[in-house]
Amino acid sequence: MQGASIAIDDLACRRGDRLLFRGVNVRLHAGEALRVSGRNGIGKSSLLRIVAGLAPAFAGTVRTEGAIGLVDERPALDPARPLGDALTFWRQIDGSTENAWELERLGLADLLDVPVRYLSTGQKKRAALARLLAQQARIWLLDEPLNGLDVHAATLAEELTAEHCAAGGIALIASHQPFAVPGMATLSLADHAA
Amino acid sequence: MTGRVLPLLRRDLARLLLGGRGGGALLPVLFFLSVAMLYPFAVGPDAPLLARTGGGVIWVAALLAAILPLDRLVEPDIEMGLFDQWALRGISEELVIAVRVFAHWLSFGPPLMLAALPAAALLGLDGHTLAMVEIGLLAGTPGLAALGVTVAALTAGLRGGAALGGLLIIPMAVPVLIFGAGSLGAGGTSGLALTGAASLVLLAMAPFAGGAAVRAARG
Repeated sequence: MQGASIAIDDLACRRGDRLLFRGVNVRLHAGEALRVSGRNGIGKSSLLRIVAGLAPAFAGTVRTEGAIGLVDERPALDPARPLGDALTFWRQIDGSTENAWELERLGLADLLDVPVRYLSTGQKKRAALARLLAQQARIWLLDEPLNGLDVHAATLAEELTAEHCAAGGIALIASHQPFAVPGMATLSLADHAA
Repeated sequence: MTGRVLPLLRRDLARLLLGGRGGGALLPVLFFLSVAMLYPFAVGPDAPLLARTGGGVIWVAALLAAILPLDRLVEPDIEMGLFDQWALRGISEELVIAVRVFAHWLSFGPPLMLAALPAAALLGLDGHTLAMVEIGLLAGTPGLAALGVTVAALTAGLRGGAALGGLLIIPMAVPVLIFGAGSLGAGGTSGLALTGAASLVLLAMAPFAGGAAVRAARG
C-alpha cells in the first residue's frame, strides 16, 4: 500500500465570473478525514472536482498522492445494463475481483440482474459505493454521499469511510448533512467565501 | 493498457453493435436499405438510369446512416460521469475516443457493406460497380466513423447537439463522398486511393480533436 496525502495551498475557485472561495489551505495525511461543510452553492463540489483534477483551480495549488476515487451524484453505471455487468465493467478497468461480501453488505447481492435504470436513488448510491470500494483508491472524494440513502445505509456509508481511514486511506467529504467519522475534522467553506 | 482497452471496447460494442434499446447496428442498416428501396420508386423503373446512379445513391445512404447514432456516441458518457471516472483512473479521453471510433466503425461499416449487396440488387448494379462500391465503402466508412465520433464529442455539451451534429458532419464528409462516389465513374482506383487518404486523415485527427472536445465540455 502506497502512502496517501492531499496538500491544498491558498486555493481559490471561480465559477463563471463569481469567485466562490479563496484562501483554502488543507493538509490531509494517511488515515485522516475532512468534511467540507457549507450552504448550497458555496463550492463544496467544485472543491472536490479541483482536488480530483477534473476542474481547474483559479489560484493556488493542489497536490495529491495516491489514486483518487470519486462518488458524486452520477453513479457512472450504464442505465441499460444489469447492475452486475455495470459493476463488472469497472472491476475489469480497475483490475479487481468481485467481492461477494461487500455486495452483500451494501444490500446489492439480490439486485445484480436488475438494469441500473430500475434501481432507486439510494440503490444507485450504494452501487456507486460498491464501485468505489472495488477501485481500492487511497483517496476517497465523496460528494454528498448521504443523498438518497436511508438511515441504515447512511450508517453503513459512515462505517465504510471509517474503515477506509483506519486502513490508511484519506476521505474528503462534501456534505451539508452531518457525517460521523471518528477523528474527522471539518472545514467550513463559509469562512473562506469571497 | 490493453487490460483497459478490452473492457472499453467490449462495452462500446455492446452498446453500439448490439444496442439494446438504442437499436444498435440494426437501425442504420434498415435505414440504409429503405433509402435504396425508395430511390427506384422515386425515379421510376428506368434500369440504365438506376444502374448509372445507383452507386452514388448507396454512398449518400451510407453517409446518412452513419449520422443516425450520433447522439449516443459521446454525450451519454459525459452526462453519466463516465469520462470523469476514466480521467481519475488515468485513462485519457484520447484513448476512449480512439476505441469508440473503432467500435462505431464496426457497428455500421461492415453491416452497411453487407447491406450494400441487397441494395445493389435493388438498384440493378453490375458486378464491377458493386465491387467498386464495396471497396470504396471499406476505404471510406472508417473516415465517416472518425468524423461521426469527433462531431459527437464537439456537440456533446450543446443543446440540440444531435441535430447540429448531423448538419456539421455533412460538409466535412464531402471529400470522402466525392472521392468514394467518384471512384464509380471516371475516378476509378485513384478515387479509391483518395477516399482512403481522406479516411486516414480523419482517423488520425479524431482521437485528439474528440479528446480535446470532451475535456472542453467538462468545463
